[in-house]
Amino acid sequence: MNTHLIGTDVNRIDGPAKVSGAAKYAGEFFASDMLYAVVVSGAIAHGEIASIDTHKAMKVPGAIEVFTHKNRPHLAWFDKSYLDEDAPTDGKPLRPLYDASIHHSGQPIALAVAESFEAARYMARLVHVEYKAFTHQTDMTMAVQEAKRIEKSNRTGIEPPPKPRGNSAEAYAAAAVKLDKTYHSPTETHNPMELFATTVVYNPDDTLTIYDKTQSVSNSQLYVTNIFGFSKSDVRVESPFVGGAFGSALRPQYQLYLATLAAKALKRSVRLTLTRDQMFTLGHRPETLQEIRIGANTNGDLQSLHNETMQATSRYENYFEVIANWSGLSYHCDNVTMEEKIVAMDTATPGDMRAPGAAQGVWAIETAMDELAVATGRDPVELRLQNYAEKDQNHDKKYSSKELKACYQQAAERFRWSERKSTPRTERRGTSLVGRGMAGGVWEAPQLPAAAKATLAPDGTLTVASGTADIGTGTYTAMAILAGEALGLPLNRVIVKLGDTELPVAPLEGGSWTIASVGTAVTEACKAVAEKIFKLAAGLDHSPLKHASFKEVEFVNERISLIADPSSFVTLQAALAAGDGKPIEEKTKSGPNLLKQHGYKSYTHSAVFAEVEVDEDFGTVSVCRVVSAIAGGRIINHEAARNQIIGGIVWGIGMALQEQSETDHQLGRIMNHNLAEYHVPVCADVHDIEVIFVKEDDDIVNPIGAKGLGEIGLVGVAAAIGNAIYNATGRRVRDLPITLDKLI
Amino acid sequence: MNNFEYIRADDLSGAARFVASHGQAKFIGGGTNLVDLMKYAVERPTALVDLNRLKLRDITVLPDGGVRIGALVTNSDAAYSPVVSSRYPLLSRAILAGASAQLRNKATTSGNLLQRTRCVYFYDTAVPCNKREPGTGCPAKEGINRSLAILGTSVECIATHPSDMCVAMAALGAVVQVTGPTGDRSILFADFHRLPGDHPEIDSTLAKDEIITAVDLPATGFAKNSAYIKVRDRQSYAFALISVAAGLEVVDGLITKAGVAMGGVAHKPWRSAQLEQQLLVGKPANRDTWHAFQSALLAGAQGYGENDFKLKLAPVTVVRALEQAAHEGDQA
Repeated sequence: MNTHLIGTDVNRIDGPAKVSGAAKYAGEFFASDMLYAVVVSGAIAHGEIASIDTHKAMKVPGAIEVFTHKNRPHLAWFDKSYLDEDAPTDGKPLRPLYDASIHHSGQPIALAVAESFEAARYMARLVHVEYKAFTHQTDMTMAVQEAKRIEKSNRTGIEPPPKPRGNSAEAYAAAAVKLDKTYHSPTETHNPMELFATTVVYNPDDTLTIYDKTQSVSNSQLYVTNIFGFSKSDVRVESPFVGGAFGSALRPQYQLYLATLAAKALKRSVRLTLTRDQMFTLGHRPETLQEIRIGANTNGDLQSLHNETMQATSRYENYFEVIANWSGLSYHCDNVTMEEKIVAMDTATPGDMRAPGAAQGVWAIETAMDELAVATGRDPVELRLQNYAEKDQNHDKKYSSKELKACYQQAAERFRWSERKSTPRTERRGTSLVGRGMAGGVWEAPQLPAAAKATLAPDGTLTVASGTADIGTGTYTAMAILAGEALGLPLNRVIVKLGDTELPVAPLEGGSWTIASVGTAVTEACKAVAEKIFKLAAGLDHSPLKHASFKEVEFVNERISLIADPSSFVTLQAALAAGDGKPIEEKTKSGPNLLKQHGYKSYTHSAVFAEVEVDEDFGTVSVCRVVSAIAGGRIINHEAARNQIIGGIVWGIGMALQEQSETDHQLGRIMNHNLAEYHVPVCADVHDIEVIFVKEDDDIVNPIGAKGLGEIGLVGVAAAIGNAIYNATGRRVRDLPITLDKLI
Repeated sequence: MNNFEYIRADDLSGAARFVASHGQAKFIGGGTNLVDLMKYAVERPTALVDLNRLKLRDITVLPDGGVRIGALVTNSDAAYSPVVSSRYPLLSRAILAGASAQLRNKATTSGNLLQRTRCVYFYDTAVPCNKREPGTGCPAKEGINRSLAILGTSVECIATHPSDMCVAMAALGAVVQVTGPTGDRSILFADFHRLPGDHPEIDSTLAKDEIITAVDLPATGFAKNSAYIKVRDRQSYAFALISVAAGLEVVDGLITKAGVAMGGVAHKPWRSAQLEQQLLVGKPANRDTWHAFQSALLAGAQGYGENDFKLKLAPVTVVRALEQAAHEGDQA
């Protein structure tokens, strides 16, 4: 019997290290003679530091230094030195401590460094700051008239809307059914359990080993070398484990900058861990206002679609994410206009947060489609099927695969959608109204260039390595599965290394592209090793593989056997024994096969069905049941994949009902900056969740046929829940989160 | 966090004397709120006097039939104690509606009484707050006040008391036993917490050098007809937007005794024994009675913007709690 790993339920190979505490995170590395740093955060949203007094702080026993804009060491002059791989290219990246200017509340304005953490924390509190405050604006509704249209991309893969197709205004005017609504989503803040931390180890030869919480060690390396004038060989960045990031660690955050600044200036090792409050001063999901106009015939066939999105950014960087475009992608419509505008405010620059843009964009269009279903008396699933997009009209390309119809069908069946009553307020349980709703989801499935290395030791132990990250998503395990599968090895013979700039370079770990990109590179490196072993195996005396070609054999159960006749085989051990006793090592660089992918676009899809109970007096919502069917290509680790989707659904419950960073606009400051007040779902909010993976074969998307699943689980969930709330109550809430005050 | 001295108290009078003679000293029990506040530099005690070695961990039945809960009894132990859960199910439910299991295992009875408001401005030393720094102002009134008070507010402060346990204790008519340099005294629960008035920095009538030794529950505990309803933004680990503790004694459809207190609406658990006498006692246990009572109890309620919804939510919560309390026996 052949043992295959792909598609089975595999426990995390790093699980034991994590639960036993052996896995070390950035803020847990230690160096002898290490100093501790604590950030002083600014109190105002816009202005200047008039004076900063560190005298008292420096009197604390154990005090080493307080860095401010007054005494900071030399820093790079030009903005381009501060750009990282994920930064918008038009803007001026924040330079903490560079000068007296303050661009957002909570901006780091000083760094206290001491022999102990306690001393540094006390020092930070004793730094006295006087401000010169300027007027500020953090209220998007007050700033929308200054919105600027996005004309061109300023980050890789982040596209402005395509040119209008057809004539949406004329078609809208002529349409029998018209919808014209505005959808608002709030600022949300990433809150991974692990706080942002960097430990900089200052080596005796003046080089640095940096342990950083990051989704890309190479991005961190690029950033500090450019700013602080190091050569790449002087800075090694490691990040073996990341306790969640969700996009917040794509860009280097200021703890990396400040810890490196201090270590370089003091020639000492430094550890800096940010606080939970300071999480709310980093990137965030931008607030959005989406004006959607839909024209349709009385049967619900789309005739016109217009989405004008306004999204918040900071004053110093023109960050934007793709929000409007999802409207024009999701359904067939010949008359489409989409506009993307940014509104600059006195906040930190937003950043990618799980399914950036799609989380908000798909929520709005999928809510609008539910409204169209109500307006035309169509079943929401039927409405989607009749407007099904058979091609990507935004790019005028075919889909490499799109099993969304199977998602609708399988999820609807499992959910028992047919039992739903289309008239709101018709079903009750105790004091609650019961409602059911659904929505579709979509996310990209790109493959990026990536490099990997595979090394097979003479004892048959395989090591695969790539400088990617595992942010809790299961990258270690997926790499091990793909490597084990390629060489017919059990998982306990595979060692995975990642999160280190000494390893082959991988792209940022984000965008749901890691499995496609790094997975392909690992597979190809292992195949290259396999070819070498095959030659050894075929060269053995009396080898049954003597006349076989590489394509005619497979690697299963530590054997190289003929596909046509598995009883003809050479054991891996025997093949390795024929070698020179040295490890077999192969490095590969893989990238998308442009020829094969020409004319195609690749996406993951989902259909999400939700049932809610809404207390009629209190407006409290309980999401009692969610069924999500996913078309995500080939599933590598079924357990981790299901895990990802469930996590996304739980996040979607939070997005629908709870999450929002609440800003006091007088102060220009997010005020609910802790996990008691910034609500995400707790276990009591999470009830039945079912995940279905529909079969989706795709040999165009990438050689392994897998699509990333990091974002798709979240996309569409908030809309499904909002639509279920409408079905329960007859109230349409176009303003997230749907807190109880909006329902009473 | 500032440096501080740490002392373990071996006896009540010594602990009280120490705090009396040290300007910025504070007592510590479970520390589930105080330590957080110290980390945020909201509380900056120069010394902590740890009371945990004192023998205040017992739950005892009093000669008059009431029950005494020692000051250091944890919230979990109180909620799950057979005598409390059988005779005062209202109190058990309220305690278990609060915080998380981990916090309840650590938090003490007396500490729960003394926990401080969850107003976001109070917790952030970078912004004004009259409760934290008197005279600096109250941005909450025109800012983020979704969870804040609609009753008994002052120009200075619209904070709420965050406890669930205290709401039930108020409804039950508990008595707080305290000791201090001048001896022992008893404080009626209704008099223990105060409204903000001109001194929002002062939460209770407890003197700085007084120590809570116990909370006494009266003999009648509404064991048959009571309800605790907590409306909040998520189903656990969230403070009450509105909570109502309701206890009734009903004989032949007529109310003979009532205790109703609200959380999430004021700087203290909101109760009016007078209105209970006027509008509940002697009246039939029905919806008309609940409506007349809620409208009197909530008279004068005022919203501040974000929390306007409480004006709608509070009445229905009172009615639901009373209705549920009245019919509790029916379902059993």
